[in-house]
Amino acid sequence: MMSKRIVIEPVTRIEGHAKISIFMDNEGNVSDAEFHVVEFRGFEKFCEGRPYSEMPGITQRICGICPVSHTLASAKAGDAIMAVNIPPAADKLRRLMNLGQIVQSHALSFFLLSAPDFLLGWETPPAQRNVFGLIASNTGLARAGIRLRQFGQEIIEVLGGKKIHPAWAVPGGVRNPLDAEGQARIRARLPESFATIKLAFDLFEKTMETHEREIMIFGNFPSLFMGLVAPDGSWEHHDGNLRFIDSSGSIIADQMDPRKYCEFLGESVQGSSYLKSPYYTPLGFPDGMYRVGPLARLNVCERMGAPKADEELRHFKSLGRGAVTSSFLYHYARLIEILAALEFIERSLEDPDLLSEDLRADAGINSLRGVGVSEAPRGTLFHDYTVDRNGLLQKVNLIVATGQNNLAMNQTVAQIARHYVRGKTIPEAMLNRVEHGIRCYDPCLSCSTHALGQMPLHVRLLGPDGAVLHEASRG
Amino acid sequence: MDRVRLATVWFGGCSGCHMSFLDLDEFLIELATKADLVYSPVVDTKEYPENVDVCLIEGAICNQDNLDLLHKVRVRTKVLVAFGDCAVTANVPAIRNQLGAGNKESVLQCAYIENARHNQSLPKGDGIVPLLLPRVMPVHEVVKVEYFLPGCPPPADRIKALIGPMLSGAAPKLEGAQLKFG
Repeated sequence: MMSKRIVIEPVTRIEGHAKISIFMDNEGNVSDAEFHVVEFRGFEKFCEGRPYSEMPGITQRICGICPVSHTLASAKAGDAIMAVNIPPAADKLRRLMNLGQIVQSHALSFFLLSAPDFLLGWETPPAQRNVFGLIASNTGLARAGIRLRQFGQEIIEVLGGKKIHPAWAVPGGVRNPLDAEGQARIRARLPESFATIKLAFDLFEKTMETHEREIMIFGNFPSLFMGLVAPDGSWEHHDGNLRFIDSSGSIIADQMDPRKYCEFLGESVQGSSYLKSPYYTPLGFPDGMYRVGPLARLNVCERMGAPKADEELRHFKSLGRGAVTSSFLYHYARLIEILAALEFIERSLEDPDLLSEDLRADAGINSLRGVGVSEAPRGTLFHDYTVDRNGLLQKVNLIVATGQNNLAMNQTVAQIARHYVRGKTIPEAMLNRVEHGIRCYDPCLSCSTHALGQMPLHVRLLGPDGAVLHEASRG
Repeated sequence: MDRVRLATVWFGGCSGCHMSFLDLDEFLIELATKADLVYSPVVDTKEYPENVDVCLIEGAICNQDNLDLLHKVRVRTKVLVAFGDCAVTANVPAIRNQLGAGNKESVLQCAYIENARHNQSLPKGDGIVPLLLPRVMPVHEVVKVEYFLPGCPPPADRIKALIGPMLSGAAPKLEGAQLKFG
């Protein structure tokens, strides 16, 4: 066996909590790639025995980037255990907070983490290719991006009292109403936020013209796509049912009850990663590979339900034959979702229900199992709890967004490596691109842990006996 | 006044403390005029550098990689800050300690055998995945720490109260509400 393995790892192994292996065949061509997540904290086990009502607080500590997703999915699982319909105002306020989170998380990904690549260029020294490099070279844009993220964070703070880990969503509803002052604070920031997102669209329009090759090879392959849709097939971020489409754009399963995910989703263990790979069970493993998150949500939905975002969605859909299959276009999808979120936030401020103080249903334990599902910024999130008669957790299963993109991330790395790796050496150009290929998915590895920002890379090309044939690093 | 060489590291935690650091918002632009962020998840540096003035440490010490880097950080840094409740007390990641001896085996068993359908097996292989430590620890259990900055996460104004004075060479003083957990 003459195959070789290239290991790409953040040298410190810490800031990314991730590594990449690239496997070579005898001819020196890339045969496969694997993305390893190297952090594990064990939430599913150590939550056993705790009351289900603690879970919205504990599980949001899985991730500081999308704590709202976890707290909402957890509260929804709690609603199901109590078997209650929550008051309409509580539901609308939860949705408003989720929209705030979509804005902040996508703004972080686009402006602070990814834009330095588009704007400063692939060949810029990595020491400058980060948010501080962007501050130095384009303070105006950096400031606009920082303030758009701040706007999303402020919506979370206005509702929940804290920007990160708000103790607010609870089984049965939410703890605090929106007051007129908070409503005014949100309204005041909307015009600036719309202006910033327009700036981002202009910027990405130019990026698409100059990055045709990246669009071709950064995770451009057939796969299934999964996301929640509303009953009428429009974009959904908090309720609704699941739809699967294939890369031709055909619907292969529709209006699937997400609470019954066990009937159509399985999880596979990858021996050298702490991240499991979910798959669509009717097609088996690994053919049941599917992608989630902004690209998938825009592929599965028929319309956004918001006029400005719908205009952009039409342009987005024209970029694919059937589904849009390039993961580079996750960036574009993120911008469209920010725009839709801003439109929905603006619309929701007109709703008098939002100021209601009827926010919480109360009940005992009426169901021994509860599944809560929501669209996190990075994709569909499942919290599945089984409790005893006293509401103490017997079993916890969490399927997080980034895990569902695990197989696609592996394939993306292999595709980019195939394009750049020839023979026994590792071209510098590949390191930058592989890094960005992963960043397209904005992997939230805290939700199993998180790779934030630039990953310092160290690549080793290993022979069959483990000897280092070639080594390259940058940082 | 020389520019301050600032670093941040992230161990077993949710990255919420780092997100709170980003919640400094436009203060980041001011920070960039006085300090260099020489190592952090948000910038790209290959190796933890020498002669770091201040390092904010997020997260508890959960695995062998965390432990190795922490020792290196201590040797190369003048002032260490236990940044947030996981670093200060080990907080949520330490809930697994309550499972007693064998806790690391049982958390892995649950995730990769009981909650998996295909290829049920414990992740391991070629030294790629670091081993979990038998017990999760706060930072000061491993190395000396100069400042403790509690909060889950510490809000941005609290972070500013700590690093603001340091930028001009003064010693920060946290008191009252600035020392609140949660």
